Amino acid sequence: MIEALVFYMFAGIAVASGVMVISARNPVHSVLFLILAFFNAAGLFVLLGAEFLAMILVIVYVGAVAVLFLFVVMMLDINFVELRQGFLQYLPFGGLIGLILLVELLALGFGWVLAPDAAARVAVPMQPLETVSNTQALGALIYTHYIYLFQAAGLILLVAMIGAIVLSHRQRDGVLKQKVSDQIRRRAEDSAKTRKVESGKGI
Amino acid sequence: MDAMLQEYLPILIFLGIAIVIAAVALGASYIIASQHPDAEKNSAYECGFEPFEDSRHKFDVRFYLVAILFIIFDLEVAFLFPWAVSLGTLGVFGFWSMMIFLGILTIGFIYEWRMGALEWE
Repeated sequence: MIEALVFYMFAGIAVASGVMVISARNPVHSVLFLILAFFNAAGLFVLLGAEFLAMILVIVYVGAVAVLFLFVVMMLDINFVELRQGFLQYLPFGGLIGLILLVELLALGFGWVLAPDAAARVAVPMQPLETVSNTQALGALIYTHYIYLFQAAGLILLVAMIGAIVLSHRQRDGVLKQKVSDQIRRRAEDSAKTRKVESGKGI
Repeated sequence: MDAMLQEYLPILIFLGIAIVIAAVALGASYIIASQHPDAEKNSAYECGFEPFEDSRHKFDVRFYLVAILFIIFDLEVAFLFPWAVSLGTLGVFGFWSMMIFLGILTIGFIYEWRMGALEWE
């Protein structure tokens, strides 16, 4: 009973904030609604018994990805009039993508209905939550059964890291940096000399 | 399943109380306090002088680089958690699988260190 109520609360807020993400006028507000949607999705994951995914959703998506989105939004020149332009121009393309996603989601949902025995044929069936916690069940699969995907994830992260550095890092001229090794290596003889100066004469 | 959800019930109650207290604190001060707004009161307060420009200007792209590097290592740490929890049953194969993953990301770490991407000029 409470479970169902909580589910409808999380699902309702998630859908409502999803609508607000695409309809809010200010892009920063869109990102904040996106964060609310992430929180509610985390709540739904907890209801499913996927605790680890819920916590990772909060840590990675709310903590990091949403901040990244905020940076991207703030890097844009926020000109609301210009952002509104070209809406009709992009509408068919965006509508097509939305339609494809909708068909895929429906196919996913109806797949379970049309093929009742599909649940038994998944590659690795889910272990019952009473015996193994969610985190342990994931850990037992990711690093051995799905090792190629795991290493591919590592390579994708490497590519993202190098790509971000190549694209956005550049040496700036005229910046004075502290080089500790140079400071330590410097000796008094290198920089100062002691000279005898005869009285009445300069050097 | 139900036992697990029951463990989360206090968090839900806590969340509800927090929302109620926040709503009461804001709503009561909105309703009870006497409000006489005017243009000077509603303008942004900046000590001493008028604000020179709008605060919504473009950010330097360097913040983006720092954020994306943070996300990558955040994900790396996220992968470490299930590995640490189930390391006892994974055996040598699972151990070295993680070591290769960490090695790949260490290559990236050395690269960004050598490129000076971690330095804030």
